[in-house]
Amino acid sequence: MPSPSAIFILILSVALIAGGIWAGQNINLLPIDASINAPIYDELFKVLFSIGTILFLGILGLVIYSLIRFRRRPGQVGDGLAIEGNLPLEILWTAVPAVVILFVGLYSYDIYDRMGGMQPLAHNGHHQMEKTEERIWGGIGSGTIDSSTGDAIAPLPVDVTAMQFAFLFHYPQGDIISGELHVPVGQPVTMKMESKDVIHAFWVPEFRLKQDVIPGQPTIMNFTPTKPGRYPIICAELCGPYHGGMRSTVVVEESKDYQAWYSKNAKPTSSETSDV
Amino acid sequence: MTITVPQTNKQPSEKLQPTGWLRYLSFSLDHKVIGIQYLICGFIFYLIGGALASAIRIELTSPVSDFMARDVYNQVLTLHGTIMIFLWIVPVVNGAFGNYLIPFYVGARDMAFPRLNAVAFWLIPPAGLMLITSYFINGAAQSGWTAYPPLSITTPAAGQIIWIISVLLLGGSSIFGGINFIVTILKLRRPGLQLMQLPMYCWAMLGTSILVVLSTPVLAGTLILLSFDIVAHTGFFNPALGGNVIVYQHLFWFYSHPAVYIMVLPAFGLVSEILPVHCRKPLFGYTTMVYSIMAIVVLGLVVWAHHMFTSGTPPWMRLFFTIATSFIAVPTGIKFFNWVATLWGGRISLNSAVLFSCGFIINFVLGGITGIALAQVPFDIHVHDTYFVVAHFHYVVYGGSVFVIFSSIYHWYPKFTGKMLNENLGRFHFLITFIGFNLCFGPQHWLGMNGMPRRVAEYDPQFTFVNQLSSVGALLMALSTLPFLWNIFQSALKGPIAGDNPWQGLTPEWLTSSPPPVENWKGEAPLVSKPYGYGVNKEESTMESVDDAQGDNNS
Ligand code: HEM
Ligand SMILES: [Cu+2]
Ligand SMILES: [Cu+2]
Repeated sequence: MPSPSAIFILILSVALIAGGIWAGQNINLLPIDASINAPIYDELFKVLFSIGTILFLGILGLVIYSLIRFRRRPGQVGDGLAIEGNLPLEILWTAVPAVVILFVGLYSYDIYDRMGGMQPLAHNGHHQMEKTEERIWGGIGSGTIDSSTGDAIAPLPVDVTAMQFAFLFHYPQGDIISGELHVPVGQPVTMKMESKDVIHAFWVPEFRLKQDVIPGQPTIMNFTPTKPGRYPIICAELCGPYHGGMRSTVVVEESKDYQAWYSKNAKPTSSETSDV
Repeated sequence: MTITVPQTNKQPSEKLQPTGWLRYLSFSLDHKVIGIQYLICGFIFYLIGGALASAIRIELTSPVSDFMARDVYNQVLTLHGTIMIFLWIVPVVNGAFGNYLIPFYVGARDMAFPRLNAVAFWLIPPAGLMLITSYFINGAAQSGWTAYPPLSITTPAAGQIIWIISVLLLGGSSIFGGINFIVTILKLRRPGLQLMQLPMYCWAMLGTSILVVLSTPVLAGTLILLSFDIVAHTGFFNPALGGNVIVYQHLFWFYSHPAVYIMVLPAFGLVSEILPVHCRKPLFGYTTMVYSIMAIVVLGLVVWAHHMFTSGTPPWMRLFFTIATSFIAVPTGIKFFNWVATLWGGRISLNSAVLFSCGFIINFVLGGITGIALAQVPFDIHVHDTYFVVAHFHYVVYGGSVFVIFSSIYHWYPKFTGKMLNENLGRFHFLITFIGFNLCFGPQHWLGMNGMPRRVAEYDPQFTFVNQLSSVGALLMALSTLPFLWNIFQSALKGPIAGDNPWQGLTPEWLTSSPPPVENWKGEAPLVSKPYGYGVNKEESTMESVDDAQGDNNS
């Protein structure tokens, strides 16, 4: 027959786990999600947040409880219990974290895969010939949209150049050069990025994506925006005195707005210079 | 019951007691003097690093860059990081407590190489002074403590070169110390003392020193190549000359990830010494503790690329380093459960040392949890190089190592000085530090996830309030050093006499006078085969545990 204290501990543990799961599901600490992989990211975040909350509150509770329950009261002399160890217990708290870690690892692998992290890094659309020549290193995501969401939409290629202290976006189709990144909602974008001077990083918090932009070593990042809006592009790698001011904007637009922007800025195929 | 510890050295011989504060400015070969030199020198740099941190937090109370020039901000940031890591935490958790305690713990009269030991210490003040004066001469380095090229190649050369030289000196100091610890622990053990009877701090220092000796030379080599790129215009890491910037990152983190364990493993060891004494209980799970330290050492060498998940690393590499990093949590977790189990069923004195140690457990668990999250590539890709990472590493480095340093000072101050600290003031210090620390760094998790990158002097105005909150926490932390300093000075002058063993500890440093004589013991070094033999059911074994009747000692 279980003792009352065993029942009490069981209730507490269940409450702790339920509380952790609740916190993971209901406490939202992230900005809005505006790309295909953002909700996938948030899923991972919720699971990690639940596990973290359970672990943290559990240990916090144990420490505070021990400090209160086992504190030396005035006038008390003598020692505590002479417990030097407990092998089954120690095996338990080696095995349980190992299993949790294994679960987290497999789960985050799955998330990574769903984000396109395991797909071969091809920079679809252009520079086909260079591909074998250059060492192109990867960010995340494939240039093609997840086949489950329907027919593959051709990705929009963009060349990104970073320099102290700005980003430049070059659209090979239409030969547009812009300081802001304009992209149509729902279309995958594939960016080939290179830096002119020091290392920078391209980060859009609402997309949950970041990739360093490196001199002498092109990198690739792909994403598919899902919500129209203006989101900050932030340089995340210390790049000099104005690093904090190195920002731009990604404008995610409905298809027709994007087309309007595109035709306004695109160069006629054979003419020399027009408005940039 | 009360335990009784045979104390042979009640009356320290006047002749053996070194006197005068001047010996702390001398090239002393006494490991205890060197330990205190490390501690005081480290603390002075901590105050300087803290002043720099305050400057950073003042700048960040407003979203625009208005308190100092932008390049000065980057210099302050670089100096802050470098000072806190290389001049405060590494020298203090290793050099200060290691030098003071390890010879006691192995039953030796000094370190294996006393002269090398003094050299190792005396490399630190000039290196630190050089680093700081570079600010006043040509401007300090401004590429962060990581000094990534090509930024470090293109920013003003003078400051960067001085930074490199001083880090090289500090690295040299660290290697000398590491060799000394390994030899002392393995070779100077008193006859009859088995490895598995050593206090846990010895194991922690053995593991740490292995990491130091294996990885610091890689940092040294890397920085020398970097300096060639700067002064001789070679092209190792300069893409304009065909170099590769990613290679630098691999080499740098091959040292700098182990460096985080160099900062925290000794702290793990110190906590393992402090808790059993004040809980009056044996350290729980001694053997698993030893194995988990060694597992951390091995795993710690193969996780470095988790700092490079956005650097353009191939997918297989990202996966390997995710898995290796995640698994470090298992041995680390074992240690935490063991400490909690050490508390469980104890007779815990709620003094400053215990409070800081328990504060460490709580803070570090949070830092470990965010560490596991950061180890997951898809998670890290969003928060890498943001304030989330700043929060993570302050939870482990400040909430972990610095809390343990304070705990250790409260615990060993009576041994160092022969005087007791004021406990109420100590508990007050803990409270302000704990609140200030969590207020300063807790909200930074949110900042990072919501779009604030690290190392910036200006930011999106939507983050103003949370940054001000963080700055208030920093102010509390700065103020919390005042009661601490007062306590240290006041108690040194007027504190009650501590006696040899105020905490009734069983580890060997308590079995001599406070402060201990030159060469540590008047007579033979005691053979402590059960350093954690506390506990009520163990009267007989407690009595046996201190047996200074046999064996020769080796000095
Ligand atoms: C459970 C154990 C830990 C894990 C899994 C872990 C994981 C990580 C990861 C993945 C990063 C890279 C984050 C990023 O830059 O995106 C990181 C950064 C960092 N960690 Fe940990 N960590 C752990 C414990 C520690 C400890 C014990 C310390 C030091 C005492 C520490 C100090 C740091 C520092 C200083 C950085 C930032 C370095 C920089 O970029 O300047 N970590 N940690
Ligand atoms: Cu930048
Ligand atoms: Cu690391």
